[in-house]
Amino acid sequence: MTAELIYVIPEIALLTLASIILVVDTFGSPDDRSFTVTLSQSSLLVVIGLLIYLMPDSTNYALGMSFVSDQMGAYLKIFICIFTLVVFFYSFEYLKEHELVKGEYFVLGLFAVLGMMVMVSAYSLLTIYLGLELLSLSLYAMVAMNRDSQQSAEAAMKYFVLGALASGMLLYGISMLYGISGAIDLGSLSAYIAQQENTGLLLAFGLVFVVVGIAFKLGAVPFHMWVPDVYQGSPTSVTLFISSAPKIAAFAMAIRLLVDGMAGLVNDWQGMLMILSVLSMAAGNIIAISQTNIKRMLAYSTIAHIGFLLLGIASGSYSGYAGSMFYVICYALMSMGAFGMIILLGRKGYEADTLDDFKGLATRSPWFAFMMLILMFSMAGVPPLVGFWAKWFVIKEVVAMGHIWLAAVAVLFSVIGAYYYLRLVKLMYFDKPDQMTALKASKGMRFVLSINGLALLILGFIPGALMTLCLSAFSV
Amino acid sequence: MFEQIVFYSFAAMLVFSASMVVSMRNPVHAALFLILAFFTSAALWLLLQAEFLAIVLVLVYVGAVMVLFLFVVMMLDINVTVIREGFARHLPVGIGVAIMMLLSMGLIVGSKQFQLVQPEDLNKFDPQFSNTQELGLALYTDYLYPFEIAGAILLVAIIAAISLTMRKPRTHKTPKPEKQVSVRSQDRVRIVKMESEK
Repeated sequence: MTAELIYVIPEIALLTLASIILVVDTFGSPDDRSFTVTLSQSSLLVVIGLLIYLMPDSTNYALGMSFVSDQMGAYLKIFICIFTLVVFFYSFEYLKEHELVKGEYFVLGLFAVLGMMVMVSAYSLLTIYLGLELLSLSLYAMVAMNRDSQQSAEAAMKYFVLGALASGMLLYGISMLYGISGAIDLGSLSAYIAQQENTGLLLAFGLVFVVVGIAFKLGAVPFHMWVPDVYQGSPTSVTLFISSAPKIAAFAMAIRLLVDGMAGLVNDWQGMLMILSVLSMAAGNIIAISQTNIKRMLAYSTIAHIGFLLLGIASGSYSGYAGSMFYVICYALMSMGAFGMIILLGRKGYEADTLDDFKGLATRSPWFAFMMLILMFSMAGVPPLVGFWAKWFVIKEVVAMGHIWLAAVAVLFSVIGAYYYLRLVKLMYFDKPDQMTALKASKGMRFVLSINGLALLILGFIPGALMTLCLSAFSV
Repeated sequence: MFEQIVFYSFAAMLVFSASMVVSMRNPVHAALFLILAFFTSAALWLLLQAEFLAIVLVLVYVGAVMVLFLFVVMMLDINVTVIREGFARHLPVGIGVAIMMLLSMGLIVGSKQFQLVQPEDLNKFDPQFSNTQELGLALYTDYLYPFEIAGAILLVAIIAAISLTMRKPRTHKTPKPEKQVSVRSQDRVRIVKMESEK
């Protein structure tokens, strides 16, 4: 038992550090929270260090089969921590500018990371659910943090109610799976499923509810209603967070439940995921065209990207899962940069979240217009950038699976989607600016955002390294 | 035999108090009957040798939840006549839902899909056996990890609730003696030279 604890050290460290920060924060001055932020970021660095140091080279189970330590988990956790570190950086800029800084914001953020880490390496239905709740509860509170804004309150309410509904669906499915198999850990569940000759009625019901729960959390059509409202209503710093790291955790949850737990039902869930994915790509890309609010537009673009993500999982092969993992990591990086740009353009009492705010950005700030160009081209999937490779790897797997029509549909919707990304580029480069105010962001913010944008370019030139990493995560 | 007498008397009391909860006119009386219902169901748990659950049911529900409930009932001026309006109109729907629930309960209990434990299959333990100890052992060994995560979730709930509801401390207008004694007349009194009016 005690020897097993070594696998859980990163989680234990994060919980301890978050609790310490919670206490330290109360002693800090209410006007200056930079100490709390620095502490939160350094604790994430500590966790990243521990994760790298304790990198597993084989798959191990711990704590009564409720925890699994494997390479996929370790990689995803490292990415979650890195992205959250950057998110904290952007968030602090935003919160300072809008006078919303609160120590609890960062503590809740750390607990959300803990929830994501629990989800990523969960090996029992119980821990998956608990990790998801830890993540969701922290996020609901973060969305509602701006109490004086009616929009935020509405977004928080919608997020909470629909999130609770999704959790209920997932739990209902889990209870059926547990009721029929008597197994709470994924290993015994998949062993039970392997014994069955044909999918029983209850097993099928359980699977459907679990898939619905996952689709709800990922925001796939037709369970996407909450995404645009929550993205638009939340403070941009929270939208930024919701759209990056938690997507990685949701991907891990899907892999754990569907691949680790119900690999025997692959023929059943493949079809469901394909339908979800085609619908998401269609609805996301087409509805995004008519949006004038950029946060809402990016929300629909998220839905479209989730469609691609599900496509990789639906391929049912390990290289397909690796393609999806590559996709979700790239997506998190791109979406972080795009929302970072909105934060960069905003100022006190003003959110730069309409398309018009980006008009003529090239004359106001050529460098950041270029960054936004990279981000948008990458999201659209224009070749040298990493977004292209993400789409390429997924489509390659779909073709390898033998579903040419599915690949064709994916490409078709990507082309439709390119329109609204390129429209933004046109607004930045060919339109006259409505306002000529200089960008107010700090040097640090400019630096991090530039790195964020350039990372897409660099990864686009050397996608091999990240892809090898993703493939190795699934080769054990 | 004795066990059955105990079971049926507590079960009858439970059904009686539960029906009183929904039919009482006074909400405070209804809440008190709910407490009785909790006590009798705790007794049923005891018959199943689940003494920990019985104790927790009394401690948590009667001790904490119901006190809060009574608080709310007494603080709010609930207009019973308004609540009772349309009772006859909604009765068919209510009966329909009740029948549906009965049916689905019967289906689950009678189904072969879930391996439900029958009362005669239950282990009979000797009086030394401690249900609390067994639960504690399971909770702190096999289920330690989920248990700790649940703890973290509760902590998040506390942080979220406090940070969402606590406003900045209000500036109370209270006298501050240490400042009062050090006040000088120059700070408070301003001497203004004015032209005398004619």
